Amino acid sequence: MRQAEDLFVVVVGCGRLGALVADRLSRAGHHVTVIDQQESAFGALSPEYSGFKLEGDATEFACLREADVGQADVVVVATENDNINLMVGQVARELFGVKRVIARVTEPAREAIFYELGLGTVCPARIVGDEIVEGLIRAGANGRVHER
Amino acid sequence: MNVLVVGGGKLVYYLSRSLTGRGRRVTIVNRDRAECTRLARKLDATVVLGDGSDPTVLEEAGAYEADAVLAVTPNDEDNLVICQVASVRFEVPRTLALVNDPDHQETFKALGISAVSPTQMLSRMLEQQMAFEDIDQLISFGEGNVNVTELTLDDESPVVGLPLSEIGLPQDALVAAVLRRGRPIIPRGGTVLHERDRIIVVTLPDTHEDVLRRLVGASHV
Repeated sequence: MRQAEDLFVVVVGCGRLGALVADRLSRAGHHVTVIDQQESAFGALSPEYSGFKLEGDATEFACLREADVGQADVVVVATENDNINLMVGQVARELFGVKRVIARVTEPAREAIFYELGLGTVCPARIVGDEIVEGLIRAGANGRVHER
Repeated sequence: MNVLVVGGGKLVYYLSRSLTGRGRRVTIVNRDRAECTRLARKLDATVVLGDGSDPTVLEEAGAYEADAVLAVTPNDEDNLVICQVASVRFEVPRTLALVNDPDHQETFKALGISAVSPTQMLSRMLEQQMAFEDIDQLISFGEGNVNVTELTLDDESPVVGLPLSEIGLPQDALVAAVLRRGRPIIPRGGTVLHERDRIIVVTLPDTHEDVLRRLVGASHV
């Protein structure tokens, strides 16, 4: 039985990031469908993953319909291609009416465009970059990093 | 008029050649260095090396001054983003995307981007030609949605002898002109159709076949 607090999440792209997200959500008891063009990509999921796997091209409308995207609480688009993420994210939101769409951006310079088109984004490069820089600055304030 | 064309291959070459031939200033954005060199050598166009969906590349290519952007790469998602970046960020007044997957035409429209699907155009034209062999499709416009067709009424036509007001065409179709023994007539409701009249009809896709069937008679279909 699906419980009220359980989410139905569709994850597009089963690369390292998509597989990680799908796995963690599935293990936390949420309903997950992960889509990838290549069946071999599903090998990245852990044996405990209990959601659905759908082999297909998420830029095709029929594929998203098959994944029941219209019923999803959240769609996470996490392929390695920013433009595919932008397109699939917008289709999920505008055509399937999904309220929460989170799109991965690989190129930090493109985050602004995602934002202008109304998509929530996660940019791994920026997160890691911020972490490194902030870590260094904090360390510098503590006197552990010295300028030349 | 400045036109920015993003893409490669023969399509971009011939498209740019025909645009420059008509006096448009063309800038091409292409990702491949060797192809950029070739295009720059053969065409009277500015060529910019880079990813056309990258806003900095589009800006460098003069997107702020562009009157139109044509996105004709082989990847539909790239074409969508190119047009969206051009219209959202640079406020280019006219953008047009090529779609390889015909289903994307509707999707792009819902996202505010005009799209053309050569696949759909060709298959639609082929179907119409196979169905009505003695009928000439003259032109289509509005992304293939408005068709202008020329046909001849023969003795099997059920509308010969009737005035236009009584031939029972659907609302969204129009007999725009009649050629009678070489003489052109702009018809009105009272104009009676004769055998061997050549007529020009304007139709929309939903009723196109019905209209033609109504005019030439069912046996031709």
